Amino acid sequence: MSTAVARTEVRLFRREPGALFWILLFPTLLLVILGSIPSFRDHQADLGGLRTIDVYVPVAVLLGMIVGGLQSMPQTLTGYRERGILRRMATTPVRPSTLLSAQMLVYGGAALASALLALVVGRLAFDVRLPKQPVGYVLALLLAVLAALALGAVVSALSRTTKIAGAIGSAFFFPSMFCAGVWLPTQAMPHLMARIVGYTPFGAAAQALNQAAAGHWPGWGHLGVLMMWILLLTGAASRWFRWE
Amino acid sequence: MSVIEVSALRKSYGGRAAVDGVSFAVEEGEIFGILGPNGAGKTTTVECVEGLRVPDAGSVRVTGLDPVADHEQVARVLGAQLQESELQPKLTVREALELYAALYPHPADWRALAERLGLTAKLTTRFGRLSGGQKQRLFIGLALIGNPKVVVLDELTTGLDPRARRDTWELIEDVRAGGVTVLLVTHFMEEAQRLCDRIAVIDKGRVAALDTPAGLIRRSAGSTVISFTPSAPLDDRDLNALPALASIERRDGRITLSGTDETVNAVITLLARHHITAHQLRVSDATLDDAFLDLTKETAA
Repeated sequence: MSTAVARTEVRLFRREPGALFWILLFPTLLLVILGSIPSFRDHQADLGGLRTIDVYVPVAVLLGMIVGGLQSMPQTLTGYRERGILRRMATTPVRPSTLLSAQMLVYGGAALASALLALVVGRLAFDVRLPKQPVGYVLALLLAVLAALALGAVVSALSRTTKIAGAIGSAFFFPSMFCAGVWLPTQAMPHLMARIVGYTPFGAAAQALNQAAAGHWPGWGHLGVLMMWILLLTGAASRWFRWE
Repeated sequence: MSVIEVSALRKSYGGRAAVDGVSFAVEEGEIFGILGPNGAGKTTTVECVEGLRVPDAGSVRVTGLDPVADHEQVARVLGAQLQESELQPKLTVREALELYAALYPHPADWRALAERLGLTAKLTTRFGRLSGGQKQRLFIGLALIGNPKVVVLDELTTGLDPRARRDTWELIEDVRAGGVTVLLVTHFMEEAQRLCDRIAVIDKGRVAALDTPAGLIRRSAGSTVISFTPSAPLDDRDLNALPALASIERRDGRITLSGTDETVNAVITLLARHHITAHQLRVSDATLDDAFLDLTKETAA
């Protein structure tokens, strides 16, 4: 891992206002809008006494990594392949895989920063408690980021052009947002739906984060689902990825 | 020892041989050209030299090393400019030079390099905003930034205007004067004739000829071209009987013959015998263009 390559990719990421907004600011902005609705700050019996704003913090935490991993990263990586940037790097003493690692570092870092921002704003503006089981929360968060990056890598591997990457990315984007609970938080889903969603990467992540937020150790079932997806998707991406 | 040695190289794509038994050696300090029509296997050959492709058979050595197995060592001594490759559009010239300099153990001073390439005024310009000529100069810079022993330049001047092309040629001569061996892929005859010490003409995946530009021209059938407008009609039979004649072309009353010096002497004798004056008589050496068409025609037959 060359630090010069990583530094360059961070610098280039900072020059993408679209990616900066959607990954870093949009999830928190959504949280602020929801939090401004007075009834969303009332305790709800069907949410186990939580307020709507409480259950939307984990959703906002996942949103940044879904946008970054599924929409932004595949576009960038496919563009790098399409433009011959990966091939250009292959003629230097540094392997082109360095560029992939740097990309993952950038989007993984941005997703974590976005998550942190959502937690801090939730705490300061709406008095949402910080996770009561921080170690479990961080573990679930890291696994979720890895799953998002692995899914993005599969999208990059399957897409020959940036246009295709955009289309496949969107096809995964909306179901992922649904499973994370953007429209209906997992706590409010009917039991069967919640169970099914729990087998998807972001559904499992959402439920693990909820448990850790409430002070429990996240269920190994959810963490196991996440780990299985990470292994499966990483394997698929490395098998199908083409350098040119 | 040769800087680059390619022997009996073969590479197929989907059963079709793109490179079919190519051999050549590039000596230290020379500008070696690979010339050929589109799709002849030029790029595949140099991609094997750069280690971007694994040959099906044969061997490639760069300073004695295998570009695939010893990729890192080869990448340190070989700088490459690829056909149709780009950089990140929002990367500035300065950032690109700094980034690529950081990838090599003993890089050249990028400031001096930028100065030499005339890019100093463009250091803060993003790649996406550079002109075609500026992009190519930057790519030459990136090929040279690791202080290589040899650079591979693939179709460097394609798409450049004539002025930018000539500037680029001077730059390549500069590079060689600095002690770097150059492997140049091109389909421009003028470029090959002007720059190369030796040329391998590649056609249909094979080396059709390997010689100096002058040697290639001499070797082809019509190395001298004679053209004139006769004051009276000339009999085709007389013309066809000329010694060492390679071709005849008549257009708007003007006759163009290609052959050798012997043909020139015979034409002059023929005209004198018939008391015909040759208006606007021109005798010139054939260009590499003519030699190339002749060579690639032979392999087609």
